Amino acid sequence: MATVEVTFTPLPAHVRTARLVATAVARRSGVDESLLDEVRLAVGEACSRAVEAHRRHCPAEPVRIEMTDQDHRFVVTVSDHAPNPQTPADTGPRDGVARNGTGHDGASHDGASHDGAGHDGSEYDGLGYDGLGYEGGSAIPAGFGLAVISGLAEDVRVLSTSSGVSVQMSWPSTASAS
Amino acid sequence: MDLKLGHYNKDGIEVVDVEGEIDVYTAPRLRELLIDLVNKNNYQLVVNMEKVEFLDSTGLGVLVGGLKRVRAHDGSLDLVCTQERILKIFRITGLTKVFGIHDTVDLAIAAKKSEK
Repeated sequence: MATVEVTFTPLPAHVRTARLVATAVARRSGVDESLLDEVRLAVGEACSRAVEAHRRHCPAEPVRIEMTDQDHRFVVTVSDHAPNPQTPADTGPRDGVARNGTGHDGASHDGASHDGAGHDGSEYDGLGYDGLGYEGGSAIPAGFGLAVISGLAEDVRVLSTSSGVSVQMSWPSTASAS
Repeated sequence: MDLKLGHYNKDGIEVVDVEGEIDVYTAPRLRELLIDLVNKNNYQLVVNMEKVEFLDSTGLGVLVGGLKRVRAHDGSLDLVCTQERILKIFRITGLTKVFGIHDTVDLAIAAKKSEK
């Protein structure tokens, strides 16, 4: 089993580095070229989410990414250590993430990344897109990043505890275990 | 490449050229540009994404925020994008129903003019 671990200071500038490393490792693990864009986007979303959570709660703590070849699947786990007052149970496969992580039901605490501008907390804004109500950099509701990830990876699991959140994603690979 | 931004006026419509990657690190610059354009009374915007190499939910948020701002002035924000890798995130999120997405800047401008 080959594992690559990366930890980085929770700065937005490092998210791109994490994307590049994950894409490179995925390619070496035998993930099909046609899926690499999805890997890059999904890992970027997970890292952005973790960076925002850390910047809010524990800016001195690094974000961690683990990349593993496992049973012909390339598995990426992005873990943060931001305290989470909401501790939903493990959501399991994609369906569970879609139900709990999109922000439409109010779940998820920090969700998609944003540029730190303030929120006005308003509700539906008439664009026909629920949850758009933030004044500031991002008009995307919390949990949106997880929703994007669930649309990109076949198997997405979110484990949320009081000590942090781990987002695990996987894609098929052709490399054999080493 | 990080992000290169430029803008120009064509037929009364402000066209924003975006090149590079729009993510959590670079998106604030695009946001500031869109805010600046709206503050200068530019409410008809076309964002040209043909040279965008990466777009994540942060970037989507900036675009949606820009759309909200111009709509507050009865304006509009359309996109130019033919890259499937970029259109994919719009499809996943359902935002293809929110934004007008065109194949070229000229087509985007023509669509805006025909709306008037």
